[in-house]
Amino acid sequence: MALTLGLAACSGGGSETPGGGATTGGGEAAPTTVKIGFMGDLTGSNAGIVIPPRNGAKLAIDQYNATNPKVKIEMVEYDSQADATKAVGLAQQAIKTDKIVALIGPAFSGESAQVAPVLEEAKIPSVSASATNAALAQNGWKYWHRVLPNDAVQGPGIADFIAGAAAAKNVFVIDDKSEYGKPLADAVRAQLKAKGVTVTDDSLDPAESDFSSVVNKVAAGKPDAIFFGGYYAAAGPLLKQLRDKGVKDAKFFSGDGSLDKGLVEGAGAANAEGALVGCPCYVATPDVTDEKVKKFATDYKAAYSADPAIYATEGFDAATVFIEAIKAGKVTAEDINTFISTVDFAGVSKQVKFEANGEVVAKDIYMYQIKGGNITLLGKASEAKLG
Amino acid sequence: MNQMNALSRFRSSWSHFSDGVRDRWAAAPGWQRWAVYILLIIGALLLPSESLAPIMSPYSDWASVLFFPIGTFVVLAIGLNVVVGQAGLLDLGFVAFYAVGGYAMGLLGTRLGWNFWEILVVGILICALSGVVLGAPTLRLRGDYLAIVTLGFGEIIRITARNTDEIGGPNGIRGIPHPPSIEGFELFGIQVFKYGVLDPRPYYYMLVALAVIVIILVKRWEKSRVGRAWAAIREDEDAAEVMGVPTFRFKMLAFAIGASIGGAMGVVWAAKVISINPNDFLFLLSATILAAVVMGGAGNLPGVMLGAFIVAWLPERFRGLQEYRMLIFGAVLVALMIFKPEGLLPSRQRKAELKGGTGGMGSLGADVPGPETKADVIEGADK
Amino acid sequence: MFNDFVSQFWPQTIDGLAFGSIYALIALGYTMVYGVLRLINFAHSEVFMIGTFGAMVVPFVFGINTPLTGIALVGLILAMIAAGALASAGTAVALERVAYRPLRKRGASRLAALISAIGASIFLQELFALLVIPAVFDRPERGRIQMGLPRIAERQELFSIFGHPVMTHQVFVVVAAIGMMIILERLVNRTKIGRGIRATAQNPEAAVLMGVDINRIVQMTFLIGGAMAGVAGALYLLAYENTNYYIGFLFGIKAFTAAVLGGIGNLRGALVGGIALGLAENYGAIIFGSDWKHVISFTVLVLVLMFRPTGLLGESLQQARA
Repeated sequence: MALTLGLAACSGGGSETPGGGATTGGGEAAPTTVKIGFMGDLTGSNAGIVIPPRNGAKLAIDQYNATNPKVKIEMVEYDSQADATKAVGLAQQAIKTDKIVALIGPAFSGESAQVAPVLEEAKIPSVSASATNAALAQNGWKYWHRVLPNDAVQGPGIADFIAGAAAAKNVFVIDDKSEYGKPLADAVRAQLKAKGVTVTDDSLDPAESDFSSVVNKVAAGKPDAIFFGGYYAAAGPLLKQLRDKGVKDAKFFSGDGSLDKGLVEGAGAANAEGALVGCPCYVATPDVTDEKVKKFATDYKAAYSADPAIYATEGFDAATVFIEAIKAGKVTAEDINTFISTVDFAGVSKQVKFEANGEVVAKDIYMYQIKGGNITLLGKASEAKLG
Repeated sequence: MNQMNALSRFRSSWSHFSDGVRDRWAAAPGWQRWAVYILLIIGALLLPSESLAPIMSPYSDWASVLFFPIGTFVVLAIGLNVVVGQAGLLDLGFVAFYAVGGYAMGLLGTRLGWNFWEILVVGILICALSGVVLGAPTLRLRGDYLAIVTLGFGEIIRITARNTDEIGGPNGIRGIPHPPSIEGFELFGIQVFKYGVLDPRPYYYMLVALAVIVIILVKRWEKSRVGRAWAAIREDEDAAEVMGVPTFRFKMLAFAIGASIGGAMGVVWAAKVISINPNDFLFLLSATILAAVVMGGAGNLPGVMLGAFIVAWLPERFRGLQEYRMLIFGAVLVALMIFKPEGLLPSRQRKAELKGGTGGMGSLGADVPGPETKADVIEGADK
Repeated sequence: MFNDFVSQFWPQTIDGLAFGSIYALIALGYTMVYGVLRLINFAHSEVFMIGTFGAMVVPFVFGINTPLTGIALVGLILAMIAAGALASAGTAVALERVAYRPLRKRGASRLAALISAIGASIFLQELFALLVIPAVFDRPERGRIQMGLPRIAERQELFSIFGHPVMTHQVFVVVAAIGMMIILERLVNRTKIGRGIRATAQNPEAAVLMGVDINRIVQMTFLIGGAMAGVAGALYLLAYENTNYYIGFLFGIKAFTAAVLGGIGNLRGALVGGIALGLAENYGAIIFGSDWKHVISFTVLVLVLMFRPTGLLGESLQQARA
């Protein structure tokens, strides 16, 4: 009965308009619709990496609802614009007024750090499809999960690839001093140093557009590889300015924040050619062969007339976790959370199974390379070879 | 001017209304005023009611929104009003002190394990001190020079926090302790002193208490010798100096008081949100608080609080407009300034000056050497 | 550290000069408006941003995405500069009309104008992100990303300093900025409109008595300052080949800092301040790291103001030229 209290007004980001409410609060009768939230930056400057997982999650839920199940799922969107303080208010709204039973997200690590304690106290399970900060798993949270490995896995994974497959001896590591880029770059630095690679540092401010002071340092250092920890909006222009300055032979590496076509647009296809991007995510690029992933890619394209981009598969899998729980008849937050500790299914991105601290068991990092202006999958970082 | 008639009629009827209220207020006996004060406080305490939520904030949790941004902005605006509205110093980096307070709470709470109340006291002192330290080299500058330098200091504080790994760097500080709770103290079904994660209302009550204390103190200062000195500095710094007002010392005092209020809010805020990072202290926040002060009516406390409420509440209320809400917010800001340039509830004194054509708030920044109160002169030329 | 400084000195100097020139051109707009109205035109940053997009329209409309040479190249560059200047000047004049003039007429404080400008600034940024960029550049839902300009001219080494190449586009930016500055000085010093601007800056009351049309002068000031920001936008786009809807903010703050550093209200001060800031940032970055750039520029500002309270060259449009 609580379900109808929210009414139309509750959808934070609002593609869903429940109209008069899906159920007519039938007293003690079993609910026929449950609400699952999706929280992330849907309209802000980082929306580019939140829309694909949103679409992935929506796709999973729509497909589930299309099977006419006994309990339908309604996805309520909460547009946090990556503002952690406002995300808390939205989470409280989701808990108190909308009565969600589970949350997909929050998308970023900063907002997760503030929203997760609230969900913890309210005993609402969450699965994030994109928050990769390593410290999140160290809080002893019981209701928090993520469906991809963290930066402490990603950083060393990429570093191993730089020192191994790419055989670099002298690496220039740049970060963007963001909550995401700095720890990732630090993890790469530490692992490279452990492997005996020479590491030089600098940082940049992603709000700027002239990176000449960094670029001149790189040119003076003559490295054979460059790693940038930061988002594609800065990675593109940085790569372009590096190549323009004559830093042509050094291989350019980056992490998941740069896995976007924006990297190619910002740098120009010629400059971006051969750039390597690591990601704990599994992107359904057009060249995949796996049947299930292919079907996902086709469905996704049919629904959103775009190829699945970063974290789309993870968003799909995160939603699937809850769908599995609801299929098993678990419709309350507590029951769903208990069920999550036992899930073990083959998702689109990976085998989905959680550790006690909420981390996913599978720890694969994938390497992608820009070829002919497109993002292509090289393979798992531990196995991939440079052609 | 015909098409402006409706607008100017509305404008003047608004002025008459607010003037009438104010006259009545000035004439009211003491007990009536106290009754109103008490009613206002009770009203503030009842605000987070569930019945208001669907009207006031349909998209986000109303009690949470009341704490941040609404309540937080109100207290910050009261603090900035001391600097801008009363002493007439244009400060574009007020967020710096809020950040110092937040980091004081974070660092002392997580590293030294201090209790919230201890940190609140020490944090206020640290912020007052930082106000003096920042003020010492800058307060000799006047007007717009002060504006750009304070803006610079705000950015320096934020970037230094971001670049210093010892205080968390870009990750900021996590795991900040909540204030100690008093369990079992229940009023109307609310655990008013239980500072947990889920219920924002106890924090909001604490914030109301903070705001009441701050308002009482600020009011007392305003009516004292200090307030008169500030007014003198604001209107004409040189004349004030000649009349024997130690202007530098009083400017410093305004800076320190504003800083303490901003810092106290920073401490309370950090204790609620548990984790802070440098991006919580962007320039946009300074600009927004300044907009609140000016839009409400610099120098007049009820006006400033109204301005802060509007600036904080509008974007939350109109979340439904999704990505268009900031676009509309910008347009509303311009429209309100055109409609009431002296603020929604301007200070009486200011208004009188404006009518007399002596420059209103013109002394803000007009004290840069050179032709004074240019805007008004040009205005005069216009007719 | 010292070795780094020596090995990077020349390349950092060259880049610092080029970037500082762009600061300088934007700073002109702040300085002129300040000189005449004693007003910080906070929305000037968006005027610059709109200039970059104005310039971007030209190659987009003509579908140019390969390097050109000869007359075609010269024509394209001139068209881009003109388009940038037009877009920015138009914005600046509209801004004055909508956000400032009503306040001026009512004798409002300059603080009110500052808030109005902040509102206008937010409005313009969002307007571009949400409506203008997606519509003009045909990018549904992609208004908030970086926009790249395809390379329209091959970059060549023009000459070298101690083995460090100086590229054509860098020289072009610096020369164009100084050229614009000279033209502007002439305009202010030698023309009738310039005389009006100077008179208004000096003593508006007297200027009115002498028959100066204040509204027109204020409008011209915004027009000229806006056009300079538009030229800066076009030059920036040519040299750095990317832009976005929020690019104005940092440029605005830095250019305003540059204007104050050089002496606000002083045209030459804007040039000196801009270039000094560009160089200081790059030199400081060698020593402290690029992440300290903003701290360096603001620290330089505070230090300069402590010893020279009116900036490097002293303030005001009227006194500097006698």
